[in-house]
Amino acid sequence: MQVESFLELSARGLPDKTALICGGRRLAYRELDDSANRLAHSLIAEGVERGDRVAVYLENSVEAVVSIFAILKAGAVFLTVNPTTKADKLCYIMNNCRAKGLITDARRLAGSRDALADTGCLSTIWLAGGIGKDDPVAGKRLVDLDAVSRDNGLPVVAPPKRCIDIDLAALIYTSGSTGRPKGVMLTHLNIVSAATSITTYLENRTEDVILSVLPLSFDYGLYQALMAFKFGGTLVLERSFTYPYKVLDLLLREQVTGFPIVPTMAAVLLQMDFSTFQSPALRYITNTAAALPTEHIRRLRDLFGSAKLYSMYGLTECKRVSYLPPEQLDVRPTSIGRGMPNEEVYIVDDVGKRVPPQVIGELVVRGANVMKGYWELPEETDKMLRPGPLPGEKVLYTGDLFRSDDEGYLYFVGRKDDIIKTRGEKVSPREVEDVLHTMPEVAEAAVIGVPDALLGQAIRAVISLREGARLAENDVLSYCATRLEDFMVPKSVIFVSSLPKTGSGKVSKREIAASVGENA
Amino acid sequence: MPLNEELRQFVTDNFLFGKNNGSLADHDSFLDKGIIDSTGVLELVAFLDQRYGIHVQDQDLVPENLDSIDNLARFVGSKLSRN
Repeated sequence: MQVESFLELSARGLPDKTALICGGRRLAYRELDDSANRLAHSLIAEGVERGDRVAVYLENSVEAVVSIFAILKAGAVFLTVNPTTKADKLCYIMNNCRAKGLITDARRLAGSRDALADTGCLSTIWLAGGIGKDDPVAGKRLVDLDAVSRDNGLPVVAPPKRCIDIDLAALIYTSGSTGRPKGVMLTHLNIVSAATSITTYLENRTEDVILSVLPLSFDYGLYQALMAFKFGGTLVLERSFTYPYKVLDLLLREQVTGFPIVPTMAAVLLQMDFSTFQSPALRYITNTAAALPTEHIRRLRDLFGSAKLYSMYGLTECKRVSYLPPEQLDVRPTSIGRGMPNEEVYIVDDVGKRVPPQVIGELVVRGANVMKGYWELPEETDKMLRPGPLPGEKVLYTGDLFRSDDEGYLYFVGRKDDIIKTRGEKVSPREVEDVLHTMPEVAEAAVIGVPDALLGQAIRAVISLREGARLAENDVLSYCATRLEDFMVPKSVIFVSSLPKTGSGKVSKREIAASVGENA
Repeated sequence: MPLNEELRQFVTDNFLFGKNNGSLADHDSFLDKGIIDSTGVLELVAFLDQRYGIHVQDQDLVPENLDSIDNLARFVGSKLSRN
């Protein structure tokens, strides 16, 4: 089975049912599928072939959802790029995967036009919201996306299938410890397997209405769309959680049954007064990306009454690892549960031998949901995908330290690297440090995560300046804001005369955290 | 300082790192411009409380009240005139 079949089968079985509610529009399955078919034909007409990469660089929108399915229908591989990504990184990603197409809007194009002229493989840009006189990019063809989805001249039947299920469906770029993002290669089989496991344990049904404010560039957000169409549900898609009351209002109005959140959203929600709030239709809430504080779990359950709360854990490389059955929440509130249906997880020591309960080791994941590898990074792939129990088999070494209790439930202990988790997203300190080091005033910079009640961890830059150089905190923050995605921009800057070093002369993150890693 | 100016100063200091470059117009949506997120909205709410003594109700946390300098000024103005 291929991922685009999620939409196609629902469009056949439930053509008039509402599939997507977004930005004031309501689209039935048939309508959504027709739009995706038209765009697929446009992609093919522009020369997109089986296995070609096409990037979607849009906020959560109808166009973004249509694009994802159109790319798959054309037999190509989609990548959803965070809409706050800046031009340099966008181009790095486009060049890294040699993307042939880009689907975006005028505002984002304006911010990246010059840089895009240097993406050698990119031949066509589809532009949402119409084409203005300033939009053309040297050497690239420009197609009006709105005209494509309106155009009745394009066939509304799906193009013939070109792929099999071990072909790539998506590349999802994720922070790497080297500072350069890595493309996680996911096949159709990977995604179908993960989506099947997740919708099984969430007991999703056609009546479910899912409200997602998570960006489609984040796999947790992406899967909300894929899974809702798989079980023939309705997806209510919002751009962001910026105005929480608006989101809660939508939750009530659309009688939402499933609400995926990250801990930062819970922290924001719990600052509001809900004395009169009731959500009888809500069936479940899911949380992942980082653990919810026990106190927040208690208050969320008070707030959302009978809704089940699922604590989950995962990483892009296999989508999801585990979930805690809601009835276990009172028994072991700090556990992130056990492996999903049709997936095996276990903990190993430094030589790959399974350890008994209560012993800390690295978590390993085995299943059809495990990625194919990192795009064109064989060494990095070999570090994560290592031999498994069957001859020739590869399993995923997560880099996360865990222990299990006597019944096999898992508890997160820590990471083996220094990746920061903020607002539910992974940030490589190296990627932020690389930007800081391009400031002429900066002699040395280190980036650490400090505890933060709202964000989980907040990013803190610790900087020593060159002699005679002057720099204020705001100078550093605004410099970063024009070069990094929003969630990667530090929250605070501390200036020091020099950074502490280890015996071998490396910057000591541990000492920095001990001296300036306190909560602000 | 006129209300619009004061609000602009807060938004510039807190969400634009003190540097506006003239790129934020009074009618620009903070959401469209990508300069505010849900934690930023909480900072905004705390500011309205401290500076103007406005206790923002949860149902007031909507873009119509908060999502541009113009909307903020209108919201603050109406709250102040009611008190």
